[in-house]
Amino acid sequence: MTTSYETREHDVLIIGAGGAGLRAAIEALAQGASVAVVCKSLLGKAHTVMAEGGIAAAMCNVDAADGWKPHFRDTMRGGKYLNNWRMAQLHAQEAPERVTELEQWGALFDRTESGAILQRAFGGHTYKRLCHVGDRTGLEMIRTLQDRGVQLGFDVYMECTVTRLLTDAGRVVGAFAYWRENGRLIVFKAKSVVIATGGIGKAWPVTSNSWEYTGDGMTLAYEAGAELMDMEFVQFHPTGMVWPPGVQGLLVTEAVRGEGGILRNKLGERFMEKYDPKRMELSTRDVVARSIYTEVKEGRGTEHGGAYLDISHKPAEYVKKKLPSMYHQFKELADVDITKGPMEVGPTCHYVMGGIRVEAETAQSTIPGLFAAGEAAAGLHGSNRLGGNSLSDLLVFGRRAGLAAAQHAKSVSNSGVSEAQIAEAEKELLAPFSNPSTESPYAVHRDLQAVMQSLVGIFRTEDDLNKAFSELEQLKARAAKASVEGSRLFNPGWHLSRDLKSMLVCSEAVALSALARKESRGAHSRIDYPNYDAVWEKKHNIIVNENGQMKRRESPVEEMPPDLKEFVMAE
Amino acid sequence: MPDATLRIFRGEGPAGGQAVDYQVPIAPGMVVLDALHYIQGHQAPDLAVRWNCKAAKCGSCSAEVNGRPRLTCKTRVDSLPMDEPIVVMPMKSFPRIKDLVTDVSWNYAVNKKIPAFRPKQNTDWKISQLDVDRVQEFRKCIECFLCQNVCHVLREHDAKPKFAGPRFFVRVAGLEMHPLDSANRAPLLKNEMGLGLCNITKCCTEVCPEDIHITDNAIIPLKERVVDQFYDPITMLFRKVFGN
Repeated sequence: MTTSYETREHDVLIIGAGGAGLRAAIEALAQGASVAVVCKSLLGKAHTVMAEGGIAAAMCNVDAADGWKPHFRDTMRGGKYLNNWRMAQLHAQEAPERVTELEQWGALFDRTESGAILQRAFGGHTYKRLCHVGDRTGLEMIRTLQDRGVQLGFDVYMECTVTRLLTDAGRVVGAFAYWRENGRLIVFKAKSVVIATGGIGKAWPVTSNSWEYTGDGMTLAYEAGAELMDMEFVQFHPTGMVWPPGVQGLLVTEAVRGEGGILRNKLGERFMEKYDPKRMELSTRDVVARSIYTEVKEGRGTEHGGAYLDISHKPAEYVKKKLPSMYHQFKELADVDITKGPMEVGPTCHYVMGGIRVEAETAQSTIPGLFAAGEAAAGLHGSNRLGGNSLSDLLVFGRRAGLAAAQHAKSVSNSGVSEAQIAEAEKELLAPFSNPSTESPYAVHRDLQAVMQSLVGIFRTEDDLNKAFSELEQLKARAAKASVEGSRLFNPGWHLSRDLKSMLVCSEAVALSALARKESRGAHSRIDYPNYDAVWEKKHNIIVNENGQMKRRESPVEEMPPDLKEFVMAE
Repeated sequence: MPDATLRIFRGEGPAGGQAVDYQVPIAPGMVVLDALHYIQGHQAPDLAVRWNCKAAKCGSCSAEVNGRPRLTCKTRVDSLPMDEPIVVMPMKSFPRIKDLVTDVSWNYAVNKKIPAFRPKQNTDWKISQLDVDRVQEFRKCIECFLCQNVCHVLREHDAKPKFAGPRFFVRVAGLEMHPLDSANRAPLLKNEMGLGLCNITKCCTEVCPEDIHITDNAIIPLKERVVDQFYDPITMLFRKVFGN
């Protein structure tokens, strides 16, 4: 029996208020749609705020030789050709316009001598390409988009969690959610839904991700019947803090290396010479992360199990100007002055390349009316994402998702939401209050993180992945029994019991895909299959929900047109 | 390592509640937010705390630690006296929801009143780094609302409807000093945001985790703009004679 809930009706419902969600909202508003944005946190706190290095866009302000084609090529090469080529093309072509737009809405980027937007070097990018604001580019971006959205007049539902998509005859027609503040229920009726909920990093203990990154959007889409793709590709950023314990995993921006930072092991060797002598520290993230991991594993790690990253050869004022938040982060949290000595860094779970399978042009998932953009969507980055391509992804495909969602909303009429689905969603949401066990969601979460770190980490084996499966089965059973104390008023234990479910679905999807892909490619490294495999180069892993069971399928990689292929493959 | 005692405010709703003591084992480099998470994970799963990035970039975890408004993710436990409990209270200037979580929605309502960036016509969008630097200081703001919390106009006098608070003077300063902006927000500052109520005690500047010189670089220049437009004696005389 359903207790009372409020109902809100909008043309377009956007779940997530980071860069992708806000950009989608702005576009849908521009199309005349009525738009709701729902987010788990307060507006302006989404994970985008933590993005540091910059937005990759071939503006050609610093390197005139750049253009969309070199950017496209770098993206495809970085992703080891598993990318959706059309997404990579649209992304490279449209990113500069999206950056210009941000500037026209009030964003203030660092400048060149001639007063244009300054661009910096980054791993895997052939040219200086990242438009930036010191090392707080994400904050500038989110504030600009937030203010633009407020000006255009979207409705924001802050601290509100969607727990289920409502469907009707194979189409998405709304969502069921609850207010985190007071635990009350809310039902959204919408003609289109855009998922922009980011990634899944909180399933690992050493992560740069915030608590929000629990894979909610992917799980919502999966449960509604949409396909997930490429879930085995989880990016471990090479440089997270390793000490002290409380900040383990906290991101150390790639901009440190972009500005000339050097990696050394405890013997003082510049070890990237061994792993990628051509690109050195600015190799792609998968390579640098594995290199640091290998150095540590072979006994050449630092005191706290990392590598040294040193920028102190640059003038102190320059470091403080270009990397202000890194300077403060290390000074205040680790008692290290990065203008005088090296940082200790190691790999940290940062990003998932996989996600909801979408169409390149419209960002529509395999379900009509359901769209996805940003980290929650798959395709653009293939098996490994280049730094800086995330913020541009949010803008390019956030806009495309918002546009297509608004157009879709014009083409369909409202349909009713199912009371039975609402009642079921409510029952599931409130179960932890009446579960008789003493299982704590916090304990299950800690154990899940331990499993993912040790068995589904940077290097994987068949044995480990099989072990992970049986562990995940037990964790699922424990999570289903988890009980919570207290009231429905702002209750973090209860919130976590809900987020846990999403983390478990995504963790299983990662493990299942990782087990199947018997090769090493990009961010997916199998010790038992260390090389590329020509057959797997042509295949995506697809995850689907079949009557409550998680199933894996395969789908061919779409071939690039011959002219682009020739350009990408040329030396 | 020894245990620390955290004395945390617990309570639901705007009135009532009491401080409760928790023992937390101390780890090297631990911050107050780590301690709060430890308590959630082991002793009080329903302890309400807002947080996000745990990297001093999102401004969610504001509270009053030993009486001082701070980000709990940036406050090292080893910087506090260990021979007495670490007292953690919610921000005082906003209505309490539960435990350390307060209702900050008023800030979002204020923000809506501020006219957006309006670029000059026919600009070529060339801007010098020098001009950018000045404005970037204001754009560093992470909206932790600690300045709002400590400002006595809001904290002691609760002048909320007529006084926008330091956060929004910083926001307006960022717009007004944008080299390509063409809007005029001086009437808004004077009439609706209550800029005149600020008597520059600099409490906001002291608590800003981003080290924004709120009073010197944002509020005082804005006050000068308002004075120039509304209280300049020659202009006033001109207006008196010729009308507006």
